[in-house]
Amino acid sequence: MLGTVFLQSANFIDAAYIVAFILLIYGMTGLTGPRTAVRGNKIAAVGMSIAVIATLLRNGEFHGSGTVWLILLGVAIGTAIGVPAARNVKMTAMPQMVAVFNGVGGGAVALIAWVEFRHHFGGDWPLRSEVFELFGAIVGSISFWGSNIAFGKLQEILPGRPIKLPGQSLINLVLLLVTVASAVAIAAGTHSQALFILGILVAAAILGNMVVLPIGGADMPVVISLLNAFTGLSAAATGVALGNSVMIVAGMIVGASGSILTNLMAKAMNRSVPAIVAGGFGGAVAAPVHGGTEGGTVRSTSAQDVAIQLSYARLVVIAPGYGMAVAQAQHAVRELERALEAKGVEVKYAIHPVAGRMPGHMNVLLAEADVPYDLLREMDDINPEFSRTDVTLVIGANDVTNPAAKNEPGSPIYGMPILEVDKSAAVVVLKRSMASGFAGIDNPLFYEPKTSLLFGDAKASVSEITAEVQAL
Amino acid sequence: MDRLVTDIAVLVLAGFVGYTVISKVPNTLHTPLMSGTNAIHGIVVLGGLLLMSQSNGILEKVILVIAVAFGTINVIGGFLVTDRMLGMFKAKAPPKAEAEVPDADTKEDGS
Repeated sequence: MLGTVFLQSANFIDAAYIVAFILLIYGMTGLTGPRTAVRGNKIAAVGMSIAVIATLLRNGEFHGSGTVWLILLGVAIGTAIGVPAARNVKMTAMPQMVAVFNGVGGGAVALIAWVEFRHHFGGDWPLRSEVFELFGAIVGSISFWGSNIAFGKLQEILPGRPIKLPGQSLINLVLLLVTVASAVAIAAGTHSQALFILGILVAAAILGNMVVLPIGGADMPVVISLLNAFTGLSAAATGVALGNSVMIVAGMIVGASGSILTNLMAKAMNRSVPAIVAGGFGGAVAAPVHGGTEGGTVRSTSAQDVAIQLSYARLVVIAPGYGMAVAQAQHAVRELERALEAKGVEVKYAIHPVAGRMPGHMNVLLAEADVPYDLLREMDDINPEFSRTDVTLVIGANDVTNPAAKNEPGSPIYGMPILEVDKSAAVVVLKRSMASGFAGIDNPLFYEPKTSLLFGDAKASVSEITAEVQAL
Repeated sequence: MDRLVTDIAVLVLAGFVGYTVISKVPNTLHTPLMSGTNAIHGIVVLGGLLLMSQSNGILEKVILVIAVAFGTINVIGGFLVTDRMLGMFKAKAPPKAEAEVPDADTKEDGS
């Protein structure tokens, strides 16, 4: 009996929470390097389990009633959905998966806030708990609906182009005002709280939809990071309202991580976060900007010529973009890299921060194809090396290699940091057709004399080049 | 001390700790980082567990079961998918000295 009493004492539970958040933080420090990351993630998972078990032991509250069964039911449903999803998701679909997991987290925050409010209607709930819970309700609801829309866009259920209503900004502003006013009304102790809390959840839900719908597919890495930060902050706010230390710490770690990634992504696209949230890549881009390069001639090449070019190079840099992943060409690319290395050619990969649909997405796609991570170079590391690169192979990347970002002040992507592939001695671009990239911007790189283009499906082209290299 | 003051102190300090730790994560690992932190905000499942025993009426029970299910998807799915992803990151056969993680060289991978 004594043991049971001890396990249920507040001190024990507080101690367990401290152990839990130490493990969560320690686990995250493991993520600073690929070799310690697997263990770090496991340590964080252990921390999470300790937090859950300690909570279940609390006060023996769970005796009698159906509570235990209800909890088990919820956990069973969650496991039945979460485990297969995590096991089977394709690496190209990772952004959607993260959006869904993020959304359900936000949804849980909003639902918990709703129940909290139902408990305290007309009661003496301290204002401070109320304020934090209101924040959680609003942000959690925005995050849930925003993530669902992001999922729809990434999964291509919804069109990736910005969807905008006339007067969108005004509508958003009104929704925000309604949400905040309802929150203030509740905090001030209005009599129809039940109505207002529903009002808040609904208005925030619409706001979540309205904020993400106008954002274009190219801006998704920023949006996902931002929603991730939102859910983290709302979880931390719920932690304050419930006086639960481990929720506060865990929520803030996520808030910090999401904020850092949001800023990094926005910087890599040379866009400000408010501008992205305010809506779309703008109508300006829908009409492609035709610079002086329009009408220039492109030089098309053959797989055989490319193979010769690559085989006699000393350093080859591969610059992959999302197009490579769409064509499922990463394994073929890895084969080519091996064939070239067998011929004594040094091969490196140049990874732009926004290559792919979420931060670091391209690294995961290449890791899946067994490309060693020490060959993956970040933009700032690889840019100085282009001047000594013999051939750069651009596969399915466009805007991130566009020199207009540096040379043409009129270009919509002017100022965006790019992979400076135009500095290398020769460039080979693998392209399906002459269509413009995701942002619809013309790329002067294609018209440069040192650039040659190999048209066709990326996977087929790469395999063909590999065969030619091996035959040499 | 007022519980609120303590909680806000924890909030602010945790923010700093999070910022410091996460700033050191290289671009290479940003996707696993995001799915890993995603799993961590599933901590809200605790809120569902705590409120369940106080819930009245069928509506609240239904809402909380959904909340717990959501939180569980978030936690379990998040950690699993992160583990799967991280398992794919491999170094070259003879690992080169890594400039990024000098202190990691002495440690062995846990898996």
